Amino acid sequence: MYEQLETTENPDKLKRVVIDPVSRVEGHGKVTLLLDDDNKIKQVRLHIVEFRGFERFIQGRPYWELPVLVQRLCGICPVSHHLAAAKAIDQLLGIDPDSLPSSAAKLRRLLHFGQVLQSHALHFFYLSSPDLLFGFESEINKRNVIAVLENYTDIGVQGVKLRKYGQEVIRMVTGKRIHGSGAIAGGMNKPLTPAERDYLRADIGQIIAWTEAAVGLIKKVHCANLPYYDEFATIPSNYLGLIRADGALELYHGGLRAKDANGATIIDHVDYCQYSAYIHEQVRSWSYMKFPYLQALGKTKGWYRVGPLARVNNCAFIDTPKAEDARQEFKAHSSGAMVHSTLAFHWARMIEALHCAEGIQRLLQDPEILGDDLRAEGERRLEGIGVIEAPRGTLFHHYQINENDIVTKANLIVSTTSNNTGMNESIRQVAATCLSGRELTEPLLNNIEVAIRAYDPCLSCATHAVGKMPLQLELLDAQGQLIDKLIKHAGGDIERGVN
Amino acid sequence: MSVGSVLLFAYGNLSRGDDAVAPLLLESIQNNAQVDLKKTAILSDYQLQIEHALDLEQRKLVLFADASVSCKGAFELTEVRADRNSSHLTHAMSPAALLQVFQAIYKKAPPPCFLLSIKAEQFELGQPLSQDAEKNLRLSCQFAERLLNKPVLQYWRKFTDNARNIAA
Repeated sequence: MYEQLETTENPDKLKRVVIDPVSRVEGHGKVTLLLDDDNKIKQVRLHIVEFRGFERFIQGRPYWELPVLVQRLCGICPVSHHLAAAKAIDQLLGIDPDSLPSSAAKLRRLLHFGQVLQSHALHFFYLSSPDLLFGFESEINKRNVIAVLENYTDIGVQGVKLRKYGQEVIRMVTGKRIHGSGAIAGGMNKPLTPAERDYLRADIGQIIAWTEAAVGLIKKVHCANLPYYDEFATIPSNYLGLIRADGALELYHGGLRAKDANGATIIDHVDYCQYSAYIHEQVRSWSYMKFPYLQALGKTKGWYRVGPLARVNNCAFIDTPKAEDARQEFKAHSSGAMVHSTLAFHWARMIEALHCAEGIQRLLQDPEILGDDLRAEGERRLEGIGVIEAPRGTLFHHYQINENDIVTKANLIVSTTSNNTGMNESIRQVAATCLSGRELTEPLLNNIEVAIRAYDPCLSCATHAVGKMPLQLELLDAQGQLIDKLIKHAGGDIERGVN
Repeated sequence: MSVGSVLLFAYGNLSRGDDAVAPLLLESIQNNAQVDLKKTAILSDYQLQIEHALDLEQRKLVLFADASVSCKGAFELTEVRADRNSSHLTHAMSPAALLQVFQAIYKKAPPPCFLLSIKAEQFELGQPLSQDAEKNLRLSCQFAERLLNKPVLQYWRKFTDNARNIAA
């Protein structure tokens, strides 16, 4: 563990290197590194420095607006926020997940599979594959999806088409690829037509084949670079996520399960409406983002990771055959033990993409997917909680309303927040093992970004986005004097020097 | 995906003032104009994305429509060439970069593509179209209708030379 690198005793006497901004997702992020005169790393922090205030400004709005409003949190996974909010406002209508009409529940699952598939494809092929295919410290002009399309055309095109297919699933269910409307309180607002189902059916066999190939690709890349991939940014941790009642991987609805680094169960099948009894949040002065932890283990040892790695680690099996075969190979890599390699997030992510493709095929073969009994009503309540597995991890939406249907309180725990300590620990590990004692260069900087990217496609998006967000590293001496500077311009050009 | 040998692809955000001008042009063409929608495919989105390159395949002509602050007249028509710029790494991907993606995917030249830039001024969240943008929208709708009713490359190219004069 690298928690000793969170806070150093004498920061004023150390050199300070800032990567600012690292990202522009759910706010801007930056990384600060403090080094001694021998360039030994003494402190590393990932700061999320923008305050979004979403929970505040949805107060005062009528509850039925929530699934549409909260989609604006994210352009990559708006459907996850849409569905988490819908699950929460179902409860405001007195509808628990088990009493949702079957066709509505299946339409929501179809929508969610499409969302996770397109988001995973975006993250893996557009944002991370340049690092994985060309190398973490490869030429900067190669580290983008265009270079992947030019040099690994089949892989790149499959990635583009996988994302497009996921977006088409979303469009068929909600009317738009981004920010459509589908889920409403108590159900869905329109059925899937036979023509829409058949349109999606036409390509699903190919989509399954491509996701299967993607699992093979990341397995090959991972195993070809051992032990480096097993060790890079790797940290043992606890893992949290939803789990189905029978222990299967679950993305839409289930109970909360947490396991420790050795695979021992911490909590299991917990009703997520009780989440606040199990998960607490800690505030630290240097970041706007909170640090959640499992109450049972306390602030120091209770931090956990969420997302594909957590879900594949936590589940007993996956209920689609090809993904289950892939999961077993994944677990065999660690001889059945919990997998802590941060780069294994990518491997787990592609296993989930395969599961989503198989899940879509299964739903498109189910006659109930065309059902038009899509809405239920129940007895009104004043509080609703919706939890879902978003592509990046467990997502909590919690709302209270008054008698006039107006939102009076909102609490959102997004997956980026849950992975806060994990991301910080990973970049500390990278800084300590890859950067410490070496002269800073842009390729070295990319190692930090690679570690962050493994967790969060939103942060990855921004770290790859150079348009109006150049990266700048400044090296200051102990007196705060600028002694070196490295700038990555919007066009990708690198400039070095203090002028 | 709507089919058609000609694609009208309008992008912008309906909730951001004049940025809505291109999606509104598409709505107008769809609902009011005398355009054969069996021959003209329409597509709208917030912004260009990598995967939109797939939407260009098998088109005879493509007309992008976007709001523009630098447009000199009410609108401008320019022919777009593939260009390896860095905008594909951002949230403001250009049509030229999209054509570059097309080339990278299909290993062939993209179909002839044109950009109809519509003069816009203010982009505040929640604001309606400005009065000038409303006027520019009307003019550009008439112009787009002319183009879509005569999907001939040389005919479209004529306007890239003098569209500014027409719109002034």
